[in-house]
Amino acid sequence: MTAISFRTGLGGALRMASVSALALGLGLAAASAETIRWARVGDALTLDPHSQNEGPTHTLAHHIYETLVGRATDGSLTPRLAVEWGIHPDDSTVWVFTLRDGVTFHDGTALTADDVVFSLNRARGETSDMKGLHAGVVEVTAPDDMTVHIKTEGPAPLYVQNLTNTFIMSRAWAEANDALTAQDFAAGEENFAVRNANGTGPYTLVERDPEVRTVLEVFDGHWGDAPEVTEIIYTPIAEAATRVAALLSGEVDIVQDVPVQDIQRLEQTDGIKVEFGPENRTIFFAYDMGSEDLLTASVDGNPFANPMVREAMHLATDRDAIQQVVMRGQSLPTGVTMPPFVNGWTEELDAYAAPDIARAQELMAEAGYADGFSVDLHTPNDRYLNDEAISQALVGMLARIGIDANLVSQTRSMHFPLIQNRETDFYLLGWGVPTFDSQYVFDFLVHSTEGARGGWNGSRYSNAEVDALVQAMATETDLEARDAMIAEVWAQLQEDRVFLPIHNQTLAYAMRDGINLPVHPENQPSMADVTFD
Amino acid sequence: MTSDTQSSLARFWDSDIMWSFRHSPVAIVAGLVVALIALAALFAPWIAPTNPYDPAALNLMDGFTPPMEPNAFTGNSYILGTDNQGRDVLSTILYGTRISLFVGLSAVLFAMVLGITLGLIAGYRGGWVDGLLMRIADVQLSFPSILIALLIFGVARGLIPPAYRETMAIWVLIVAIGLSDWVQFARVVRGATMVEKSKEYVQAARVVGAHPVKILIKHILPNVMGPVLVIGTIGLALAIIAEATLSFLGVGVPPTQPSLGTLIRIGQQYLFSGEWWILLFPSIALLALALSVNLLGDWLRDALNPRLR
Repeated sequence: MTAISFRTGLGGALRMASVSALALGLGLAAASAETIRWARVGDALTLDPHSQNEGPTHTLAHHIYETLVGRATDGSLTPRLAVEWGIHPDDSTVWVFTLRDGVTFHDGTALTADDVVFSLNRARGETSDMKGLHAGVVEVTAPDDMTVHIKTEGPAPLYVQNLTNTFIMSRAWAEANDALTAQDFAAGEENFAVRNANGTGPYTLVERDPEVRTVLEVFDGHWGDAPEVTEIIYTPIAEAATRVAALLSGEVDIVQDVPVQDIQRLEQTDGIKVEFGPENRTIFFAYDMGSEDLLTASVDGNPFANPMVREAMHLATDRDAIQQVVMRGQSLPTGVTMPPFVNGWTEELDAYAAPDIARAQELMAEAGYADGFSVDLHTPNDRYLNDEAISQALVGMLARIGIDANLVSQTRSMHFPLIQNRETDFYLLGWGVPTFDSQYVFDFLVHSTEGARGGWNGSRYSNAEVDALVQAMATETDLEARDAMIAEVWAQLQEDRVFLPIHNQTLAYAMRDGINLPVHPENQPSMADVTFD
Repeated sequence: MTSDTQSSLARFWDSDIMWSFRHSPVAIVAGLVVALIALAALFAPWIAPTNPYDPAALNLMDGFTPPMEPNAFTGNSYILGTDNQGRDVLSTILYGTRISLFVGLSAVLFAMVLGITLGLIAGYRGGWVDGLLMRIADVQLSFPSILIALLIFGVARGLIPPAYRETMAIWVLIVAIGLSDWVQFARVVRGATMVEKSKEYVQAARVVGAHPVKILIKHILPNVMGPVLVIGTIGLALAIIAEATLSFLGVGVPPTQPSLGTLIRIGQQYLFSGEWWILLFPSIALLALALSVNLLGDWLRDALNPRLR
């Protein structure tokens, strides 16, 4: 015991010490109201804007770089570097973007269509993590200095939705600094753009110390209205309790990843307020329903392939209890694997049956598993809000119908490869939908694994009809017909019980009174949106 | 030779030690605490009000019940409250102590057997064997043992096929802690062996033509067991803490079968929100266990040290 408390105590004390040292060192700057000290659980993995398709990495990048189109807090698209966009009147496979006038990079050079062509090609490159969003792009051209044409394989009526996280760099800067291709993150590569930046965004990079602190300063040459926040000090604090303590003691102004158990305490604290909002992300379980045998099951064959077993698991799951106890009310239980933001969502799909253990037990017996079976359940323990506790709760619920789930809980870097390499029978996953359209869910989670599609289809679901519909809707230009196709696919998925959805995550940002920062549905808040009372 | 064994056993159970035990209040209290905890853990399935390892018996709605107060939803009340999954904290401590003690004892036994064997060989053979073994020991001593346990745990998990990983987890844990802990035993046994091997009774056995293995086990081993037992007792306390630390870091036993360390890990997340009992009670249990075992070890060291008698 002594050793343990010493360890955590020391670690905590060191972190606290570093935070207070930070506050101390910036005593002068902090006195001015325009500085925001912002803490969240982790740092951006890199500053190279095309190297990692990852939430916290994009969040920091959005302050320095800009995209052609932006995503407002209500989920709608807003003009950013492009002021107008649309499908070419003569060619339905070409998207036309008109660029904003008078945009300059932080180094003073003007933005031209050529920079956009360069950036999109860089984002499509082999080492880019963003290439999946531009898989259908054939060619990017610049007919003049202010216009960009993007040609896709077939008609791609929703392609513009894929551009909200693809940042625009300067070709001249990248050439001068030998950063022509995206950093190959998995290979441990470095380039100039990893620690330096030259964007068009509202803030310029002043200081970058990865995992410790990043300082941004307002960019006077920005095209938009000057933001109220003129300086941002961004500090990752991994330990939840330390993060909350830093806010309580006034060492930071905004804490992004607030643990659900601490929300009440923060709300009751004078001088601190908590902003809530739904996140565009569903937490769900999936199981291998396609393989002949499971890797870890105690029985021969694949129990998950039996629709009665899957139905029984649904009836055994008490989503409301998870919401009430594990999430302390901070979640929206759901019966479908997409949040209400997504095109294709309906209330009927979202509804879920009340738990019925007796019926579930009957189904298990009918399916031939009256004695139950055991199987490993894989869960991350540091990715989603209370992910391990959600999985543990499900273990208890499944035990009542004879399914003995051995919980394997591990860090996200070990958990996700299991799904992508198809090494797990049963797992928890959270899926956000940055394009706000069902196609993104189908492409990654539902379509059979082939080519660019089905990369995260750990369910091994394979339905030729569904595959055909998913492919067809990608190029369908009649949006009404397309919506009908989406509805048809969802109906089939719900009938087949491909997923075991639990809830949509709710976000909470905690901040000092007097600061206003609305919750962003993709958890991509911008300090440029902060206002002061 | 039988008389030799008997005399060494007799030396171990010597009334001197019993006398010293009877006259050390600290040792008596520590011994009682250890005995109490060990018995409670051993008979946990019969004593504990609920079985926290049976997920079907848990009701999630019972979660976060404060001690001695009825739950807001279910009205159930628990002496020490419940954790985030609705597990009775008292029952979980009893079952968790079982795991902690089992892992601790097995790991120490494993480290002891390995350390004694290598120590005897190194001390008796000397030369390059001794050099090699002790350099390995030096290298290992230069790392914190918890890091070595983490490394072994990670490698072992990688080697085991996924289907067996969970059932093997506890054994992997034992081997990991045991392997990180053998050096102390080996060093002490080596030193004692080097002293003993030059003594006349060993030389006599050698002259008679006894096989080296026989000399090591029948003659030298009984005479080096004193310090080994002392290290073993203190090592037990360290092994219990190592298990708790690994579980605290989330790499030990599965979270559905919490040991004391796992409970403490769960509890510390809820300290800020006021659910103090999830952290406090398991911490007290771990503290009491580790401290008592440690005090027993201290007493044993003094009792076996002729210079302090």
